Amino acid sequence: MLLLGLLISGSLYTAFSPAQADSQPSETEQVAQGKELFLASCAFCHGQNGEGVPTVRDGYQLGPSLVGVGAAAVDFQVGTGRMPMAAPGQQAPRKPVVFSDEEIAALAAYVASLGPGPAIPNEADYSIDDLSEEERQEAISRGGQIFLTNCTACHNFNGAGGAMPRGGYAPSLHGVEPKYIFEAMLTGPQQMPNFSNGNLSPEEKRDVIAYLGSLEETPEYAGFTLGGLGPVSEGLFAWVVGIGGLVGAAVWIASHTTRSKKSKVNA
Amino acid sequence: MSTDSRIDTSKVATSNGTTAATASKPGPAGSLASWADDRLGLATAMKKNLRKVFPDHWSFMLGEIALWSFVVLLLTGVFLTLWFNPSMGHITYEGSYDQLRGVGMSESMASTLHISFDVRGGLLMRQMHHWAAAIFIASMMVHLLRVAFTGAYRKPRELNWVIGCLLLLLGTLEGFTGYSLPDDLLSGTGVRAADGFLKATPVAGSYMSFLLFGGEFPGESIIPRLYIIHVLLIPGILLALIAAHMLLLVYHKHTQWPGPGRTEQNVVGFPMLPVYAAKAGGFFFMVFGVIAIMGGLMSINPVWKFGPYDPTKVTAGSQPDWYMGWPDGLLRIIPTGWETVIFGYTISWNVMLPILIVPPLMLVILMLLPFIEGWITGDKRDHHLLQRPRNAPTRTAVMVSLMTFYGLAWAAGGNDIIAIKLDLSINQITYFMRVAIFLGPLLAFWITRRWCISLQRHDNEKLLHGYETGIITRSPEGAYAERHLPISETSAYTLTARDRDEVYSVGSDTDAAGVAAPNSRSERLRARLSSWMYSHNVQKPTRAELEEAHHHAEHEAELQAGLDHPVDGHQFDDHRLRDTDEVPLRDH
Repeated sequence: MLLLGLLISGSLYTAFSPAQADSQPSETEQVAQGKELFLASCAFCHGQNGEGVPTVRDGYQLGPSLVGVGAAAVDFQVGTGRMPMAAPGQQAPRKPVVFSDEEIAALAAYVASLGPGPAIPNEADYSIDDLSEEERQEAISRGGQIFLTNCTACHNFNGAGGAMPRGGYAPSLHGVEPKYIFEAMLTGPQQMPNFSNGNLSPEEKRDVIAYLGSLEETPEYAGFTLGGLGPVSEGLFAWVVGIGGLVGAAVWIASHTTRSKKSKVNA
Repeated sequence: MSTDSRIDTSKVATSNGTTAATASKPGPAGSLASWADDRLGLATAMKKNLRKVFPDHWSFMLGEIALWSFVVLLLTGVFLTLWFNPSMGHITYEGSYDQLRGVGMSESMASTLHISFDVRGGLLMRQMHHWAAAIFIASMMVHLLRVAFTGAYRKPRELNWVIGCLLLLLGTLEGFTGYSLPDDLLSGTGVRAADGFLKATPVAGSYMSFLLFGGEFPGESIIPRLYIIHVLLIPGILLALIAAHMLLLVYHKHTQWPGPGRTEQNVVGFPMLPVYAAKAGGFFFMVFGVIAIMGGLMSINPVWKFGPYDPTKVTAGSQPDWYMGWPDGLLRIIPTGWETVIFGYTISWNVMLPILIVPPLMLVILMLLPFIEGWITGDKRDHHLLQRPRNAPTRTAVMVSLMTFYGLAWAAGGNDIIAIKLDLSINQITYFMRVAIFLGPLLAFWITRRWCISLQRHDNEKLLHGYETGIITRSPEGAYAERHLPISETSAYTLTARDRDEVYSVGSDTDAAGVAAPNSRSERLRARLSSWMYSHNVQKPTRAELEEAHHHAEHEAELQAGLDHPVDGHQFDDHRLRDTDEVPLRDH
């Protein structure tokens, strides 16, 4: 049944993306290539069949099971360079991508073959280019409200990121590709909760992405954002630039005194 | 004859010139001044005050930053009131900012957005107002530190110190009410927190909250109420207190640093007109300019990104403005479980301690500082000459200790930002702060006091043995020594222009008849504190010590005589006596 589903989706995908159809390796070839890559780079933590590797501490794992995480999770984690991890830690940071696009697709196909899970979204899922001007405007303001309700508690009002317990953090959303934002919401990587399609519909996810995109396109009306971190960085600048500058001005004023003759006297 | 005895004053000469002086026709400014003086009688008051003397020192201008930023606050604030609508009435935003168009919000939020995007210069004015507020309170604090560190709060200025502390408190409250007005997500979160703090008050908490909000939080009254507090009540009191603060400044005259010609009876400096009016006026434009540049270039409180307040939402990085950061920091590091349940009612020590107990306590300590010090020293004299921080080691150390407490609590208020920017764990920052908030001030006190005392020793070294010239000489035996030269008389005067500290000691507890002396317990405490404060201090050398040292250094003193150029190292040898043509540079 699963194989059938994969075959159908695979052939449908092939049918609907004719531009790439010729150069794409077949589904089974991809899975095989992906398995090879997986065994070399991922199996140490995730197990030889992606079943996860438990540690002696109950409930702790070297790497979680990947059965059912879907292609979207692989595309996000490997595509943003978070996986493979350089070292164990509280959180896998974003870093330069290790694998090529083709290898990522193969890994994704292999992991997707382990169990049903969310697929890699199409551009149509997160783009608002097809909408009319008015619909786009509505999507953006709706997305802003969804963002403020669901995302700002960790990622901050500006998408600049925030702290999580024990050294974890919600990363900055600036400059993150729409596809990865969509996948992150869909799969809930690391400490992030999973916003399933039943929770936030694909359209709502698209609207959040549209809002974040609009923030990047909107000029910063107010000047330098000072990191977009809220009152802490504002306070820092008030002290360093404001008080620092004005105390400097006071020193300057007090050190320049009057003289009774026109010619300057060197003290 | 009677006509001769009548003197015609119009012909009396006012100078020794050959021609009689006659009053020239006054210029337009002069006649205007006479017109005004005839009606207002300002000349008498102005005559003295226009010549009011200001000593020149940068640290005396810190309070001026506060004054001028307050003027900027008044100017920009008036501009903002023209468009701001302090109403919690619900409307749908239809203004220029795309991302919020069609979103429901309160009228105060919508009018804030209107000022920001649709009023010409509105965003600049909003940002200037906010930056000026941050600078206003910051400059009050640096001014406070200057006054404390130099001992300017001693008699007769204790009450002006108390007024200053009240200004700081009112400035903070004024800042908080202003921060809350736009009704955006950040300010709403702040108001929600304030509601929680009120409700943490035992017994009266919920009544106070209902009184302030006119019912259950958030209600519809809070913004209009905060508005009238922000634009009328607190600014009125602030203005009155600033006036009182400055009248006392004029009445007390300005303090000054000790030095030749400066005594407790005079003030050496420049008069208001023409010098200080220009300096202070120029400084106003500088303060205005810095605030305008910051308002123009640096974003502050971008309410459009926060969106309207909604109790179901919150954002990471929800912090108060910097001056409320330190109670927030205490709130962040206090263990959450500190609660007591009495008869089914919960006493939330974890909120009461950091918000309702410690900050007011700190303010009271601050206001009492000059009175406590005055009681311990028993000093009833007027002080117009300032003390260098090192010459009051315990006072300086107490202030640094308080600053350390404040600074650590302040940093704890930004623990999340510190965690993400320095790649630290927010939990570990919290654990560190829980210990540091107690140990840090003690350590700072101890280090500062020893540091001051060492500096006092260094001053005495300079007085007795002169300053280090940096010239190393080798004696015939081969020993190296650095030569010292006496410091100038001006420096010596300035260094010795301080009083000796007197440690207060209690006599006998009982009088001759064996009756216990009144207040003996408090007097004993006073004596202990006095000894704790002053017994470690290094006192300036006595006249005998100085004379002995000068006698000892007479040879060097002769070398110093007539030395009006920097030392070149040849005072100690016969270099100048030799002719380089006759004597080779190096003897073999």
